[in-house]
Amino acid sequence: MSTDPSGVGVQDSAKLAITDKTGSHSASGFLNRGPRSDRKTVTFGDSSAVRSDWRWSLVSLVLLFFVWWATTRAWGFPSEFQIAEEANYRQIANCNCDDEFTQIVGPRSFPAPRDTWDALKELTTDGFQNISLWEHTWASLSRVLKGMFWGVTVGVPVGFAMGLSSKARGFFDTPVELFRPIPPLALIPLFILAFGIGDAPAVRLLIFASIWIMIIAARSGVQTANLSKVRAAYSLGASKTQVLKNVLLPNALPELFTGIRVALGVSWGTLVAAELVGARDGLGQMIFAARPFFRLDVIVAGIIVIAVLGVLMDILLRVLESVLIPWRGKG
Amino acid sequence: MKDLSVRNVDMVYDVPKGEDVQALKDVSFDLESGRLLTLLGPSGCGKTTLLNILAGFLAPTGGTVTLGDDVITGPSQERGMVFQQGALFEWLTVAKNIGFGPRMNRANKAETAAKTEELLDTVGLSGFGDAMVYELSGGMQQRVALARCLANDPDVILMDEPLGALDALTREKMQKLVLDLWNETGKTVILVTHSVEEALYLGDRLFVMAPRPGRIEREYDLPFAEMALTRDARELKASPEFIEKREEILSLIWEMEEEIMGRAG
Repeated sequence: MSTDPSGVGVQDSAKLAITDKTGSHSASGFLNRGPRSDRKTVTFGDSSAVRSDWRWSLVSLVLLFFVWWATTRAWGFPSEFQIAEEANYRQIANCNCDDEFTQIVGPRSFPAPRDTWDALKELTTDGFQNISLWEHTWASLSRVLKGMFWGVTVGVPVGFAMGLSSKARGFFDTPVELFRPIPPLALIPLFILAFGIGDAPAVRLLIFASIWIMIIAARSGVQTANLSKVRAAYSLGASKTQVLKNVLLPNALPELFTGIRVALGVSWGTLVAAELVGARDGLGQMIFAARPFFRLDVIVAGIIVIAVLGVLMDILLRVLESVLIPWRGKG
Repeated sequence: MKDLSVRNVDMVYDVPKGEDVQALKDVSFDLESGRLLTLLGPSGCGKTTLLNILAGFLAPTGGTVTLGDDVITGPSQERGMVFQQGALFEWLTVAKNIGFGPRMNRANKAETAAKTEELLDTVGLSGFGDAMVYELSGGMQQRVALARCLANDPDVILMDEPLGALDALTREKMQKLVLDLWNETGKTVILVTHSVEEALYLGDRLFVMAPRPGRIEREYDLPFAEMALTRDARELKASPEFIEKREEILSLIWEMEEEIMGRAG
């Protein structure tokens, strides 16, 4: 666009700018935030001139889907034959019919888009093993929310204390530095033995996954408070409690939000693994339960749901962030 | 109104693995209420340290500071502070920033709102009450800082290079605003600056400070601040008396700089 002298580029950019404003609730709107810079002549190496072009994101999405479709479906025998074969294959899961499938990726390695779509529909209506997709999803989401709730409720005060008092800093430094490097997954066996199977070990694991992140986010949120702001507040007659509530807390909000986003990502990743071994429901459990039945379609459908939910949560947090802390990065 | 009294103030900073730094040595002065004192000096002369002691942010290692009958031991709303920059609360609107002090004191909401409107008008920001502070220019932000300080009706207003980050034109306008506010409110103002011209123009009284150890090297009582209330700023700053004083103080500061450089070399 920058090499286009005809003015079409300018028109384009105006259109894009509008999409950026009104489309702030879509993923693309977030990815290319910031002022347009079509008039810059030096862009190669200027990182501020590089932003995600949503049209190319669309291209890559379509391309991914095409590769998936083409490798699992397109090349090989006529489609009627394949569909019949696959239906047959599904009925007798351990059929000896590998030779019949000549796609690059056969249905025993990866399901085709159509099968995955069907599995998704089946999951939403009939569910898998009498537990519907909604129940699985809610089981997973509620675990993450519970874990995050306690992670934030306990982590933020501890982090604030560490940022405000040398004693608290010294006291909590030991456990924080000791436990923070432990990958939560390493604790799964321990937690299962200690807390059994079900919600309890998963939720506690998620608390463990999020709490250190929140402590450190809160600590650095306090420490980034500009000394002038704090002094100004005292000079204006604020008490310690008032400084905490009216200066330190709002000042730390951007850092806390970043912490929540990171912790949510880590929790979501930890959750699926935790459910693989220690739960009776949940998306991770669903995926794992589908394996002995060779339900690759269910597995991939589950993975897609997990991915989409992860993206949605991040988008939701970004929307919340732009609404709740519009001053971010503008101090 | 209360007079300010500084008695034999010392300030020594401990430097681990190094020589202690004497930021202030035996500083004493009295400042009657309603004066505008400017503090000028090369970096390291302790002018900001002195201001922080007056604000109550630092406790001197020796000596006492009293305002009226009270010894200063910590920050108080009797002594408002305007910082160089970045001390506004960017999560609050302009009006909420200005009303911060009264709100902390749980003042009547309607009264606070009325006072905020009045102060917005005083500093020339009528209609900007609902703006966020990060939407304002640097000069406008300092106007908010001034208004926020005035909202608590302090006896003394301390300013730490409040205009240092502003461009030349904005700076001149703000200097006039500071003078007008000082004249209208009759408050004691102490302003730290590194601009000789600003110190001369605004100061009804001026201390030139010297470093190592930080001390008051010379004192001036100046007529320019009074004159500036009725005379044009440019004309005043170009007048022979002003230029003469400016050159005198500049050469004084240059001597100090050379002394420091000589000692360092």
